[in-house]
Amino acid sequence: MEIKSSGTGSSSENFSDTERWGSLITGGALVLSGLSQRSLRGALMAIAGGTLAYHGVAGQKSLQDTVTAATGLDKPLRVEKTVTIQNKSAAELYQYWHNFENLPTFMKHLKSVTVMTSTNRSHWVANAPLGNSVEWDAEVVNDLENQLISWASLPGATVENSGFVRFQAAPPGRGTEVKVVLEYSVPGGGLTAAIASLFGENPEQQVGDDLRRFKMLMETGEIATTEGQSCGRRS
Amino acid sequence: MRALCWQGNNKVGVETVPDPKILNPRDAIIKITSTAICGSDLHLYAGMIPTVQKGDIIGHEFMGEVVELGSKVNNVKIGDRVVVPFSIACGSCFFCNRDLWSLCDNSNTNAWIAETAMGHTPSGIYGYAHALGGYAGGQAEYARVPFADTGLLKIPDGLTDEQVIFLTDIFPTGYMAAENCNIQPGDTVAIWGCGPIGQFAIRSAFMLGAERVIAIDRVPERLAMARAGGAETLNFDEVEVGEALKEMTGGRGPDSAMDAVGMEAHGKGFEGLYDKVMQTVKIQLDRANVLRQAIVAVRKGGTVSLPGDYIGLVDQVPMGAFMNKGLTMKTGQTHIHKYLRPLLDRVQKGDIDPTFIITHILPLEQAPHGYEIFQQKKDSCIKIVLKPGLVAA
Repeated sequence: MEIKSSGTGSSSENFSDTERWGSLITGGALVLSGLSQRSLRGALMAIAGGTLAYHGVAGQKSLQDTVTAATGLDKPLRVEKTVTIQNKSAAELYQYWHNFENLPTFMKHLKSVTVMTSTNRSHWVANAPLGNSVEWDAEVVNDLENQLISWASLPGATVENSGFVRFQAAPPGRGTEVKVVLEYSVPGGGLTAAIASLFGENPEQQVGDDLRRFKMLMETGEIATTEGQSCGRRS
Repeated sequence: MRALCWQGNNKVGVETVPDPKILNPRDAIIKITSTAICGSDLHLYAGMIPTVQKGDIIGHEFMGEVVELGSKVNNVKIGDRVVVPFSIACGSCFFCNRDLWSLCDNSNTNAWIAETAMGHTPSGIYGYAHALGGYAGGQAEYARVPFADTGLLKIPDGLTDEQVIFLTDIFPTGYMAAENCNIQPGDTVAIWGCGPIGQFAIRSAFMLGAERVIAIDRVPERLAMARAGGAETLNFDEVEVGEALKEMTGGRGPDSAMDAVGMEAHGKGFEGLYDKVMQTVKIQLDRANVLRQAIVAVRKGGTVSLPGDYIGLVDQVPMGAFMNKGLTMKTGQTHIHKYLRPLLDRVQKGDIDPTFIITHILPLEQAPHGYEIFQQKKDSCIKIVLKPGLVAA
């Protein structure tokens, strides 16, 4: 039986729900619907045992934050996408993804990811409009070999983001299911514009396309493209 | 190079465009020797297909000589004569591994558009809508072929272009449509549409053991060509097709019914007008009167085979007849790769001479004229092969 906490803090709730978040994230279910009232970052931290540290950072809500929350401007943007990849084991896919420096190969908006050796931190650079770029540092929150990697941006990121990728065997002969769940939020609101500057107008499609490119690369050794092909007059 | 580009509704033109380049390790570049105009190109030409863009090089039935290879293509050599399947397939996904090549997971670069419309995406296709990848097509002097290591069939010496070019699309498409009829000994197959697909379907149905084929159209030369292939024919301007089919089959109805017409069917009376209006205002993209007739005409427990193109929603499908008569429907874009070698064998053995279908051979430069006569069925046009190297007479 679940015990609801009526206190102002949510740490006790986090602990009692840890098992539930854990099974959502490592199980087969649709994750985001289960997280409807809860941040992905919080859930990831909770299952990684980082609950207190996370709430230490989040602190008490300011008046500004309360207003933003009331107007819905701080509503995080969440994306969940799954593909099935043939003829590759969870271990092979995990190995490729585990080196974050491979991610820009198939994640179109990423310019580079640099792993800081001997830490669980990395530096991310993404393309922004007009040749600009956005940079942030991230930290691996949880790393379950051949199964799951989760990460979150460190304090100070313009766009706070967190996510996980999960590798899971499909029924026999059906390959490996790869699920990506991402959450973005902007401290103080203004999320829509910030996200659009990073990912274009349809982040969900972007993430879906990134995952499809990962599948193409793993299944065929290359990413299908028409960029650079011939065409006639466009107008 | 010179290439045929889509320029707007009912407007195509041959333009000078950049030569294609190798973009991926599994690509090849083909110097095209023959390239045909397909009935489905007419859907593009007429502006029926969303997501085609001005300047797109169209065409998906082409063959030629390998002139350049990406680093990972080892199955063909420079100088080989090859045919190119119209659908682009990776050869390694779930669907390719199951011979469902036109459902390849990895070749549509704009999969999200198709997924939004259809839930999942079929394979990419040359020279078609951007919803199917937006790949430059083959009505041109050269073309880039992605996944060339799975998508090229080397042609043995001693066969002409005209004998093998239709392996790219219409022969396998007619053949798969006939296979989809589930033909058993003694069966009668009714085929709506005596265009190129219908013609190959008639001949394929006999190859697969059909007792009788009844072909339906209204264009005299197409009906004549159907009869030359062994079919009995019905002119839908002269008879009520459903009644005629019943009378010709002892009241049973044909064992299988094939819609080799698709979304631009010419309906009659109120129904035809209804479809035309709904299509014009974009409430429905497809006119489905052949599909409706086929469902009602086919015998109980029979099979409806659907090679004709549909892209969107259709209205007024008689699902009651479909359900209560216990019908089966089989359809899909053709899994060309699966049929390349078996049908090349049939051509080599002389089971069929695919050149029967050709009514016109034109220089590439005259492609716009070709589209016009093919669309309007002028000059007894049934099938046009374009030759980039041919100089106008």
